[in-house]
Amino acid sequence: MSTLGKITRRAFLVGSVAVAGGVAFGVYQVTKAVPNPLHPEDGTALNPFLIIDASGVTIVTGRAEMGQGAQVTLAACLAEELDVDWESVRLLHGPASAAYYNGALLEGALPGPDYARPDWQRSIAETMGVVARPLKLQFTGGSTSIRDGYNRLRQVGASAREVLKAAAADRLGVAAATLRTESGAVIAPDGTRLPYADLAEAAARLDPPQVDPRPASEWRLLGTALPRPDIPAKVNGTAQFGIDTRLPGMKFASVKRSPRLGGTMQGFDPAPALAIPGVERVIDIGDGVAVVARNTWAAIQGAQAVTCDWGPAPYPADDAGITERLLAAFDGSADSTMRDDGDADSANGETVIEAEYRLPYLAHATMEPMNATALFDGNTLELWSPNQGPFIQARAAAEAAGIDAADVTVHTAFLGGGFGRRIEADYAAIAARVARAMPGTPVNVTWSREEDMTHDFYRPAAIARMKGAVSNGQAVLFDARIASPALMGPAGSRMTGLPMAGPDRSIVEGGFDQPYAIPNYRVRGYKADLAVPVGFWRSVGSSHNGFSHESFIDELAHAAGQDPLAFRLVLARGESAAAAGVLEAVRDMSGWDRPKAPGTGRGVAMVWSFGTPVAQVIEVRDEGGAIRVARAWIAADVGIPLDPGILAAQMEGGMLYGLSAAIHGRISFADGRVQQQNFPDYDALRISGAPVTEVRLLSNNPHIGGAGEPGTPPAAPALTNALFDLTGVRARELPLERQFTFVL
Amino acid sequence: MSTTLTINGTNHTIDAPGDTPLLWVLRDELGMTGTKYGCGVASCGACTVHIDGEAVRSCQIALSDVWGAVTTIEGLAPHALQEAWIRHQVPQCGYCQSGQIMQAAALLAENPDPTDDDIDAAMAGNLCRCGTYSRIRAAIHDAAATLREGTQ
Repeated sequence: MSTLGKITRRAFLVGSVAVAGGVAFGVYQVTKAVPNPLHPEDGTALNPFLIIDASGVTIVTGRAEMGQGAQVTLAACLAEELDVDWESVRLLHGPASAAYYNGALLEGALPGPDYARPDWQRSIAETMGVVARPLKLQFTGGSTSIRDGYNRLRQVGASAREVLKAAAADRLGVAAATLRTESGAVIAPDGTRLPYADLAEAAARLDPPQVDPRPASEWRLLGTALPRPDIPAKVNGTAQFGIDTRLPGMKFASVKRSPRLGGTMQGFDPAPALAIPGVERVIDIGDGVAVVARNTWAAIQGAQAVTCDWGPAPYPADDAGITERLLAAFDGSADSTMRDDGDADSANGETVIEAEYRLPYLAHATMEPMNATALFDGNTLELWSPNQGPFIQARAAAEAAGIDAADVTVHTAFLGGGFGRRIEADYAAIAARVARAMPGTPVNVTWSREEDMTHDFYRPAAIARMKGAVSNGQAVLFDARIASPALMGPAGSRMTGLPMAGPDRSIVEGGFDQPYAIPNYRVRGYKADLAVPVGFWRSVGSSHNGFSHESFIDELAHAAGQDPLAFRLVLARGESAAAAGVLEAVRDMSGWDRPKAPGTGRGVAMVWSFGTPVAQVIEVRDEGGAIRVARAWIAADVGIPLDPGILAAQMEGGMLYGLSAAIHGRISFADGRVQQQNFPDYDALRISGAPVTEVRLLSNNPHIGGAGEPGTPPAAPALTNALFDLTGVRARELPLERQFTFVL
Repeated sequence: MSTTLTINGTNHTIDAPGDTPLLWVLRDELGMTGTKYGCGVASCGACTVHIDGEAVRSCQIALSDVWGAVTTIEGLAPHALQEAWIRHQVPQCGYCQSGQIMQAAALLAENPDPTDDDIDAAMAGNLCRCGTYSRIRAAIHDAAATLREGTQ
């Protein structure tokens, strides 16, 4: 909120909006200039990405900071071209604006696997991506930030540099070609130094030229592990997360909503809540109540005290009923057949095996519980929210408050974890509804951990049925059927307000699109009829299909009498050098071909997701009957490792997120209610149970790949494959704590 | 009823009910938001502060039970751990890191040269969903070395 005002005061903005999106695309209707969303109090010209003032530059991105560091690398792309000292760069999340459209988002919706996508199809996707702008798809997710911004931010930086040089040339009366730039200044041939801040106002009146970004061989920032500008505030308590929003006269609120998700509230009694000291008001929010109080504690106590009469759940009341619905999906016709190589029906081999894998619903469990702060002034609504999609927030808040989306202003704070949960806007809608009931008073609506855990948009449950065959040590058949509820359709409609149709890719992604050459290879998806709310959980469909696919590849390797890593290498080499490369890297890093210590087991898995192949080897150790997840080796190929420090952190963090779910993660149902309430019954890996990890980044991938999600899918199968190696027991159902004892 | 607390060396008078957890007194009554709410049941460590130097979960300490001087992340600086956290680029989302640092500070005050097992034992109550554990471990070792050099 005020951050933007403070920073833009006395600031000048360089360039025009034309440089933002007009560079790469030629279609006027979708590339025409959009209004610049930055409104400086004293500035003279605008560009959505760059603010220059006397103390340095502020690089504005439309992407959320939820730990993944996308703002940092996007800023580095711009700063690389602009010639500014990294220490002088500040980062800011821009407002909701079509200028920050995510053009890479639609690339993932193209048919076919990413690894085999031809260049012509990519260029169509790039053009298609601009459609994201009028659709207002400003969205941080799908591991798209760098894929979307790598070229755009470098072009904006180069253009800004050249227009600053043009302004300096005018002032000095020399040709721009005689000038160079360095450390935030234009340098004249005689050594005269003109700081950008002195040139910015004049530069803003010039047409910015379009120039090509520099070749990688000239990079000074990109390719190195830069210090993240957000970190100092995150070690001294001053970083402002959404939950930390404090406004004059603000009240605190918390919620209690139907524990049967999507169910109704048939009545409630506010009296027990109003008897609690500090509780001021109980507000009916439709499917539950919000309790307003002097502090969050009193609000949470009050919410717990309200007695409510809940209607039934719109889905089977317990796990047995839910599993029945999943299994019933196999009896219907396939929703999709996204891979169908050879002839899976008549293929045969020396050894034929079948297996079934079962995965539960999962919660996101971000460290910062859901929250949003809203202020309704009678006509317009201001929203302070940690979110992954400002327009989605604005739409949901507007609908809840009964106003136009254009009358909602969204401020995006730091996110205390996102993992896909904060693409949703349910918490913003609730804050808007509460604020609507108390015009003129800002209200911070923070959910208790228990409300957060029991009101998620969960990773869908899934059941995968596999049939495969091997001959002469080779895979000759891989036939997968996957049953899971629809995700993309309902979520897409929820977020854009538009109807979504067609096969649901999320049911089969991470399965149909893997870089393995198997002559008879079929992957079919089956849509299960289940109304449990589901959403985007770090790596989406690849999180469950990565497990079932890579577990079954392992089973095929053993059926073929082959080393599981060598078996994969043979399959991958014919399809993708990048995929083979990550497998070879973890083989070498882990000493895979050397004898193992007694009492240890090793497993490997490789999954291509979000444009990036990632291989992991995990080593487990028997410590007197309990199993320690001792070591992990990760190789990832994002094409160009723009910030190796951030990428390594994402790969390790993504793996730990996957391991936490594999060992502990399970959302179960009874009486239509989610059973897990808090971390004691929905735990994650602790420092004491996390493996010693080594990460290697490769550069064989011909395209920039995503980073936030691809580290997650291989984690569970690498672990279960290691457990099989150690114990001979094949885990086909998660979570593993129900079957194995771990050192945690 | 009002209660007076010493927080980061300053006295504060608070008129909230005595059963209000210290966490919410800090965050909502006093606006000191560096201490975080994660679970409310002492299972994540995000709300860790010091009382008379001891690391405690502020979500479990009632205002009327606070027995000594409170130190929060806002009052810790400058600490070698914070410098090490920056050198090792520990935080991702950063939400749990106030609690991680407060817990680690109490560990180093007691044990100037912790082993990996000591770190596991002291830090296992502090959850991080981003998975920053290996950098936390490295930063604790680094800060411990810095502090030992400073006292020699």
